[in-house]
Amino acid sequence: MRNITAAATTAVETPSPDAAVEVRGICKMYADMEALRSIDLDFPAGKLTTLLGPSGCGKTTLLKIIAGLIPATSGEVRVNGVAVTGPGPERAFVFQDFALMPWATVMRNVAFGLELKGMGKAERQAIARKYIAEVGLSGFEEKYPHELSGGMRQRVGLARAFAVNADVLLLDEPFSAVDEQNRRKFQEDLLRLVDLEKKTFIFVTHSIEEAVYCSDRIVILSRRPGRVAQIIEPEIDRTASPDAIRRDQGYLDTVEEIWQGLKRYVD
Amino acid sequence: MSAPAHANGSRRAISGTGASSFWGKLLEHRTALWRAASIALFFLVWEIAGRIPISFAFPTFLETLRAFLTMLFNGAFVAAYAETLQPLVIGITISAVLGVGLGILMGLSRFAEWLVAPVFIVLQAAPMAALIPLITFVYGIGLMSKTLAVVMLALPVIALNGYKAVRNTNPSLVDMCRSFQGSWWQRIVKIILPDASPIIFAGLRLGLAAGFIGVILAELLITPTGIGDLITYHRSVADYPEMYAAVVSIILVSTLTLSALEAFEVRVLRPEKRKG
Repeated sequence: MRNITAAATTAVETPSPDAAVEVRGICKMYADMEALRSIDLDFPAGKLTTLLGPSGCGKTTLLKIIAGLIPATSGEVRVNGVAVTGPGPERAFVFQDFALMPWATVMRNVAFGLELKGMGKAERQAIARKYIAEVGLSGFEEKYPHELSGGMRQRVGLARAFAVNADVLLLDEPFSAVDEQNRRKFQEDLLRLVDLEKKTFIFVTHSIEEAVYCSDRIVILSRRPGRVAQIIEPEIDRTASPDAIRRDQGYLDTVEEIWQGLKRYVD
Repeated sequence: MSAPAHANGSRRAISGTGASSFWGKLLEHRTALWRAASIALFFLVWEIAGRIPISFAFPTFLETLRAFLTMLFNGAFVAAYAETLQPLVIGITISAVLGVGLGILMGLSRFAEWLVAPVFIVLQAAPMAALIPLITFVYGIGLMSKTLAVVMLALPVIALNGYKAVRNTNPSLVDMCRSFQGSWWQRIVKIILPDASPIIFAGLRLGLAAGFIGVILAELLITPTGIGDLITYHRSVADYPEMYAAVVSIILVSTLTLSALEAFEVRVLRPEKRKG
C-alpha cells in the first residue's frame, strides 16, 4: 500500500501526462450548503480510481460534475485535455438505480446510447449483442428489466456504458442495489472487464472492502464539505485468485487503515 | 431470476396434464370466473328485487334483458348511438389532443404550468351540471353545446394527468438520456412520453368516463336526443324495462370502450406488461 496524499497535492502544478480526467479546484454549493470544497484530482488513464467516503461527502456529486450532469459552482474538469461543459461521448455513466427503461428489452436498453446517436438498427444491435455477451447476459436479449435480478439489471447498465465505447466510465455506486453474493461475483467480473476494456474507470462506493478489492487508486473524501482527505494506492497482486486477494494481508491492512481514517466521520 | 417465467411455465403445466385439463382450464380462468360469478350474483339480486317488487317502476332483470334485446335488434339502439356518439367522439378527440398536448406542455414548462394549470384545477372542481345551462344559453341546443359539455368534463382530468405524469418522470432516466447526449427532442419522445404514458392513459380513461357523463348530462338537460331521448321517452310513457335497458346499454358501451383503450395502451406503449 502506498499513501500518496502529498504527491497528489503537488500534482496540481504539474499535471501528469497520463491523466485521462483532471479535476481542478472544483467547488459545489447547493444554496447555502457547501458540498465540495476545492477538489484537485488526477485520474490516471486505464486505471480504476475509487471515490470513497462517508455518506454526504459529495462523492456522487463530484462524479456527476465529471459526467457533466450537474454544473460545478467553480473550477474545471478536463477530460483528455478538453474542458467539460456537459455530457460528452468520451464519458459513459452507470447509474446507482440502473436507469433502465422498463418498457424496453435488454437489447434496446444496451443499444440505447447508440440509438440516440442515430446509428442504424442492425449495426447497433450487433455492437450491443457483443457487450451483452461480455457482461454474461447472452440469451437475455429479449427480456425486460423487470424479469431480471438486481445484479443482472446492473450488468445491462454496464453493457450500455461499454457499448458507446467511451474512454472514461463513471460508475455511481453500481453495486449498492445488488445483493451481497451477486455483488462479489460482479466485482470479480468488473476487474476482468477493466482488464479487457483498457478504459479509465471512476467508481463511487461507500464500501471500503469493495474499494480496496477493485481499485488501483482510492481517493478518500472527508465529510461535508467534501475535500480530498487521503489518496491510497493499494498494492495488491491482482493475478492472484479473488479468494486469495480477500485473504491477502496487504488487502486486510489497507481495509483496516481506511476504516481507522474514516471512523471519525461516522456518528 | 425468471420468477414470472417460472410461474407461467407451471400454469401451463397444469393445463397440459391431459385428464384434468378441464379443471386446469378452469383454474387458469379463475379470475374471469369469479368476475362472471359476481356479475351473475348482481343480476340475481336484481331479479329478486324486481319480483318483490320494491317499486312499480323497478323492472326485473329478465324484463330488462328482453327489452334490451328487442331494442338491440329493432334498431332503436343503433339510431340512438349514432346520435349520442357524435358529440362524444368529437368532444373526446378534442379533449385528448388538447389535453395531452397541454398536459405535456405544463409538465415541461413552469411558465405554461402557471398559465394553464389553475384554470383546469378550478374546472375540475366545478360542478359541471350547473354550467350546462350556461352553455345552452350561449351555444343553443345543437351539437356544439353537447360537444362542449363533453370537453368541459373530459379536458381537465386529461390535462392534469398528463401534467402530473410528465412532471413525475423518473429523473434518473432523464439523466441517463442526457448522459448519452440525447437531444431535447429525443428526451421527450424516447424517455418522458413512454415513462409518462401509464398516467397519461389513466387520464384518458378517466376523461373518457367523464365524457360519457358529459354527453348523457347534455342529452338529459339540454335536449333529449340519442340515448338520453330513449331514457326520457320510455320514462315518460312508463316503459320501465326499456328505460332500464337504455341505461344499462350506456354503462355497457362505456365499460367496453374503456377496456378497449386499456388493451390498446398495453399493446402499443408498454410491451413489457403484455408478458406478465
